Amino acid sequence: MTITEKILARESGASLVSPGDNIWVNAGILLTHDVCGPGTIGIFQREFGNDAKVFDPEKIVILPDHYIFTADEKAHRNVDILRAFVKEQGLPYFYDPGTERYCGVCHVALPELGHVRPGETIFGTDSHTCTHGALGAFSTGIGNTDAGFIMGTGKLLVKVPPTLRFVLDGEMPAYVSAKDLILHIIGDIGVDGATYCAMEFAGTAIDALSIEERCTICNMAVEAGAKNGIIAPDAQTLAYVKARTAKSFEPLYSDPGAQVQAEYRYDVATLEPVVARPHLPDNKALARACRDVKVDQVYIGSCTGGKLEDFVMAARIMKGRKVAVRTLLVPATRVVEQGLVDTTIDGQSLRQIFEAAGVEPIAPPSCAACLGGPIDTFGRTHGHEVVVSTTNRNFIGRMGSKDSQIYLASPYTAAASALTGHITDPRDIA
Amino acid sequence: MPKDTLIRGPVYVLEDNIDTDLLIPACYLNLVPTIPEEYRKLGSYALAGLPDSFPKFASNPDGTTPFPIVIGGRNFGCGSSREHAPIALGAAGAKAVVAESYARIFFRNSVATGEIFPLESQTRLCEAFKTGDEAEIDMTSNTLTRLADGAVFPLKPIGAVAPVIAAGGMFAYAREIGMIKK
Repeated sequence: MTITEKILARESGASLVSPGDNIWVNAGILLTHDVCGPGTIGIFQREFGNDAKVFDPEKIVILPDHYIFTADEKAHRNVDILRAFVKEQGLPYFYDPGTERYCGVCHVALPELGHVRPGETIFGTDSHTCTHGALGAFSTGIGNTDAGFIMGTGKLLVKVPPTLRFVLDGEMPAYVSAKDLILHIIGDIGVDGATYCAMEFAGTAIDALSIEERCTICNMAVEAGAKNGIIAPDAQTLAYVKARTAKSFEPLYSDPGAQVQAEYRYDVATLEPVVARPHLPDNKALARACRDVKVDQVYIGSCTGGKLEDFVMAARIMKGRKVAVRTLLVPATRVVEQGLVDTTIDGQSLRQIFEAAGVEPIAPPSCAACLGGPIDTFGRTHGHEVVVSTTNRNFIGRMGSKDSQIYLASPYTAAASALTGHITDPRDIA
Repeated sequence: MPKDTLIRGPVYVLEDNIDTDLLIPACYLNLVPTIPEEYRKLGSYALAGLPDSFPKFASNPDGTTPFPIVIGGRNFGCGSSREHAPIALGAAGAKAVVAESYARIFFRNSVATGEIFPLESQTRLCEAFKTGDEAEIDMTSNTLTRLADGAVFPLKPIGAVAPVIAAGGMFAYAREIGMIKK
């Protein structure tokens, strides 16, 4: 069996499962946030009764992150719904935006907090829940109804996905990042190329990636339609997890020769910086081929591109230079925000490098303009802006305005484009 | 969950890769679907993310849609896990989507909520229909008929999720098989 099949088998009590089997799987973690949490709670209460108790308070994690820094009244009402439910149910893992516990973007915070453990299952009311497969968990996005069901029962009916295996070998070229790898893959297989499948990433190039960079790859599995992305845990994974949780866990690994639906091989040494042009993540082009595209705004943030290493990449490009266009930085979490101060390049903190480069005042952690959001959201587009963004989706209207155009790119490419005002291959200015 | 096996009315025709931001833009995700007034509002914003070249979907004065059937191409509902997407269609009064293929979470959410039938066509229909064409879905014979000329388009059998759809959604199904108390 593959790692995905093994986790699903263990959590369903079966010794063997095969792709296509419909099985009841135990939820290790149920993750929700301010946009889908209130609806999930509504379903839980409607179906199980107002006096019902959640299946296990220890297994529910609530990380509000979407609409935090807004004057929108309903957004605040929704966080209040979460607060009331957490109090009533006695839930220990609620990271309240009004308090010191607030973290920011759930998919960056969940592993930071030690809630992601290899071999476990994670269900989250957000499509980018597939991020957490980077640590060897089965992790997938679900809707409110399924989440309400899990809240009451701790289980979910899951169809076992066939696995597509992506073997990435070779040495990463300078200024090519994990974001480029996943944009290449999505560009090759298409936005429905992995529909209903598990995308398993392996190979020496994956082994050499940091945990954060692995998260970037698994994060975008859903943009190819996948149910989950997954990477076998290694020594780096175990060290990362053990530093963040005292809970025991038992990793699982694909059997050698486990049957997969298809295998794709890449020599990453041959890959170059790419962008996804409007309006689909599979609309791949070399960054160099888009140098005529004039840029109005650069956005660095989100669960895909707002991690500390994303800002390190951007800072390496921006150091000692000035941005030519409006450049918006949104650290994904409080930990990342602090990392901008604590992390230095040649004695200068990332924050100092960015401020000297003339970026807009750095926003507090949240999903912000990645998905548009309420009208007053930081960085939201309102006109015909052309945006280069380290986020995950370039759909029409995704960042707010239906008329704006979003190019998805790595932090290197986004930063390089900020300096020149047009889409720029980072190798051309490094 | 609509129990009718016949769905009849004008169709609303879309394209490939209709994503969840088109189905319900994120600025409306502050609405909570389990609050009845906000459920209705979500319906009035169904497909509000489409470019202005498309006719308004929820165009009835009461915020519902005159189109009970939505026709799409490949990968319908790609993107977010927001259940607001199938809910918006259902709350607007749409009964079924007929598409060549679906994004996984949208399909699952459609089935789990029972808000709309996510039906799959055996052939591409985006060019065979234009918005406003009268059509009829027969879920017993798995067909979509264009009423103007009687052309019949076969649908795929609903498959493994048929029992969940027949029960009327995830909770009804789980009660039926004894997973949770009635």
